Amino acid sequence: MKMSGSEPESTHRTIHRTIERVARESYGRLVAYLSSHTRDVASAEDALSDALVKALTAWPRDGVPDNPEAWLMTTARHSIIDHVRHQQVAEASEPTLALLREDSKEPNVTLATEFPDERLKLLFVCAHPAIDPAMHTPLMLQTVLGLDATRIAHAFLISPTTMGQRLVRAKTKIRDGGIRFEIPQAPELPERLDAVLEAIYAAFGLGWDDIAGVDQRGRDLAEEAIWLARVLLLLMPGEAEVHGLLALMLHCEARRAARRGPDGGYVPLSEQDTKLWSKPLMEEAERHLGEASSHGRAGRFQLEAAIQSVHAERARSGRTAWSAIMFFYEQLVRISPTLGTQTGYAAAVAEAKGPEAGLAVLDEIVLEAVSAYQPYWAVRAHLFQRLGNASEAADAFDRAIGLTEDPAVRQFLLHRRG
Amino acid sequence: MQFALLIFESPEAFKARNADENDPYLGAWRAYYKALVEAGVYVGGNPLQAPETGTTVRLKDGKRRVQDGPFADTKEQLGGFTILELPSLDAALEWAARCPAASIGAVEVRPVSPEYLCRVTGLNEPG
Repeated sequence: MKMSGSEPESTHRTIHRTIERVARESYGRLVAYLSSHTRDVASAEDALSDALVKALTAWPRDGVPDNPEAWLMTTARHSIIDHVRHQQVAEASEPTLALLREDSKEPNVTLATEFPDERLKLLFVCAHPAIDPAMHTPLMLQTVLGLDATRIAHAFLISPTTMGQRLVRAKTKIRDGGIRFEIPQAPELPERLDAVLEAIYAAFGLGWDDIAGVDQRGRDLAEEAIWLARVLLLLMPGEAEVHGLLALMLHCEARRAARRGPDGGYVPLSEQDTKLWSKPLMEEAERHLGEASSHGRAGRFQLEAAIQSVHAERARSGRTAWSAIMFFYEQLVRISPTLGTQTGYAAAVAEAKGPEAGLAVLDEIVLEAVSAYQPYWAVRAHLFQRLGNASEAADAFDRAIGLTEDPAVRQFLLHRRG
Repeated sequence: MQFALLIFESPEAFKARNADENDPYLGAWRAYYKALVEAGVYVGGNPLQAPETGTTVRLKDGKRRVQDGPFADTKEQLGGFTILELPSLDAALEWAARCPAASIGAVEVRPVSPEYLCRVTGLNEPG
């Protein structure tokens, strides 16, 4: 777009910013509403990007509409309808035709400024058991937040073309596979909600548990994940685990500034300067944890948040209550025996009862399962080092270093290895 | 399925090969190699000598063209290759990301082409 003079340029910039803001805040609501009618997520997204392109010309010309979201909705809906009319109507799906009929009922389509928020249904669709679990998170990031496939692909270490193809395949499955846009009923709700929570947490990053390795790939998605959890909480305020997940992520996010030293070096949790931890984020996390416990149903994310809460307590008391952390990990391993929780448990046992006890817990993990799992080797190296067993420590350090992706963590481990 | 990790390195990384035992880049490579072997995915590979020792040959319009040095004139040069046995491209990309060269150079992942090797050598596919 050609600009002349500084005034129109700044107006353009303002309008661009408005469009960006509306797009960010409304994207998921609009896609969810449109696709809940048609079940066709891809065409809802196409229609919405058409509408956003139109906004780029119309808004600077006519001014930003009073209700930008409703404007986008109306324009996107027309775009879907035009698209259907251009195709053979006979080929259009029944839900799309329904949308068409709905449109003809209100000829002027001065759409109500309020339309129902269907994002919760969309979240459940994205994490539906019929969809490949590996695609749950990418689908949410794209359909609810509007992230493009390339950015998602980078985060997941997949080629952009492949990620694009997988997203298309997943959306086709949603459209043609009879996956309904609905909120699951009571008996299956906990399991279905778990899948949604898992997908959000996966976006937050795989390695924030800070046993030793931080997976940097997830870093730039942390804020997106927190946003998703806030949306979910808005829609399901009474679910303890949603509060738990948000508390967990906020506690981890609170320490972001402390994870790197002034020289960019990696700083492990135990050595972080607690003055760099964000107090507002920790307080918000604590409020959610409190809210969660008032609902009286424990769960995986509440336990993980409780562990982080004990760590956060060091900012106040200057010490870490490892026996409390060990207790929470015991519960956690019982309900969620993953490599991450088992390794975390071992690290906590080592702090509470000594390195030998920690190593005994590590030895219970099947070796084959950890051949490419970095935190296991990092903890093992640390414990052997504490015992003064230099050769075992060096061996484990090598495994951990070789499995590390983040150069700062690699540097840290190389230094520790000596 | 076998994947080749083609390792592109900066001139500084090539120089690091002559550094002493405690050089962090060498240390990272030793650890990475060990992790690959212990994980049971390592098939083979070799480092290559510095790019200026390379010679590029091509035939243009039926005439031989021999060029001193590497084919491409970019900052990073092919510094070696590693062959890994892995179930999928996704897994190969995971290992490529952990390669010490990935953070200071680049690592290209390509599927190995054993069918072509068989056609060229006339030998049966091993294994």
